[in-house]
Amino acid sequence: MKAPDFVYERASTLEDAFRLKAKHGDLARWLAGGQSLLAALAFRLSEPTALIDISRIDSLKGITRSDAMVRIGAGTTQARIGASALICQHVPLLAEAIPLIAHTAIRNRGTIGGSLAFADPAAELPACCVALEATLIAQGPKGERKIAARDFFEGVYATALADDELLTAIDIPIVQSGERQVLVELTRRSGDYAMAGIAAVVRREAGKISHARLTYFALGDRPVAASAAEKSLLGRTLDGDAIDAAVRAALGDIDPSGDLNGGPATKRHLAQVVLERALKRIMTDAAQTAA
Amino acid sequence: MTTTAINSNAITVIVNGERVSRQVPARQHLIDFLRTDLGLMGSHVACEHGVCGACTVRVDGMIVRGCLVLAASLDGSKVETIEGVSDTGEIRDLQDAFIARNAAQCGYCTPAMLLTAADLLAHNPNPSREEIREHLSGNYCRCTGYQAIVDAVETTAKARK
Repeated sequence: MKAPDFVYERASTLEDAFRLKAKHGDLARWLAGGQSLLAALAFRLSEPTALIDISRIDSLKGITRSDAMVRIGAGTTQARIGASALICQHVPLLAEAIPLIAHTAIRNRGTIGGSLAFADPAAELPACCVALEATLIAQGPKGERKIAARDFFEGVYATALADDELLTAIDIPIVQSGERQVLVELTRRSGDYAMAGIAAVVRREAGKISHARLTYFALGDRPVAASAAEKSLLGRTLDGDAIDAAVRAALGDIDPSGDLNGGPATKRHLAQVVLERALKRIMTDAAQTAA
Repeated sequence: MTTTAINSNAITVIVNGERVSRQVPARQHLIDFLRTDLGLMGSHVACEHGVCGACTVRVDGMIVRGCLVLAASLDGSKVETIEGVSDTGEIRDLQDAFIARNAAQCGYCTPAMLLTAADLLAHNPNPSREEIREHLSGNYCRCTGYQAIVDAVETTAKARK
């Protein structure tokens, strides 16, 4: 189907973007890479009066490192993130996630900010940002504010962004020594949204788990922290028993509703499968490193 | 289209090496601009929501979904379609391999398959069959002729060495 009629405006700076947003009002929407929004418009799931194109605002693009943080401009494409040596070295979780997002032709346009602001509960990047304890930087006409990734997602396609705000950057702590970052998802076909997935960040000091962030996607209305599973791992050696305990604990962390891929019981089973696979991979990686 | 006032924007783009200036409806996708305004029917359109890959074309050297890009957003961009890359001879060997292996059945997915395969070979000159399948996984062939398509891409990669 064809999209409904709307006004197209292109912003060249952030000031320009806020001016255009004020001009077109509540029913105007930001257009970043458009890889979800334009598909939604083709289905007429949304009928904005105007699209304000922010894809050519240079200040929204790029990847930089400062001390313990990597900053990714919200307008940076998924393809660019996937090809970044900085990301590969310092945020391996994202390097692993990017190739799983749709396909090359889509990653060439789709942006990280767009993916986070769109907030599809089955998308990889929102869960990654929660697991990485990223900070999302939002800007509106009244100024800038920082939002912890775990507080950003409020439901299906719903975020903490105000109507006139947009994401400008994402700050991500770089991987620490003793830390493993792993993403596991189950899809019917390559590039599909996941039936179930998990972004896992586990750190060990002197052989004991000192930090665990396990964030599910496609298992709730937003990225879901497996808090009980995380707690069950702390202070333990990562072995088969610890994994079994975490996988059992995780069942208390989720309450998935059914979707096209299966009912709640199926989703709960898949949640256990992805967590077990993720933790086993971390266990094996560590054994290889130690050997 | 209609005579009622619809929103439109002026764009100038380089399509297959030629400079083109047009007034385009704001909501018009790149693929419809290429096919209906410029008569470049080699790029196909099917699902219109980014799933099937039949509308794959190049913008500024990168493959994109022609149905997920607004023509109005492309002012100043360089667009290449199957017509353009056929004329330059850039993928002649790939096209020959498709013909030799009968990798085009009904032909509907073929132009996009060729551009996607060319993108793979440009970035990975020595792909495994698994990598070929992965890279082409966003392009659907409803004849299900994938085996022959993967064969043709693999043959081309080997011949280029």
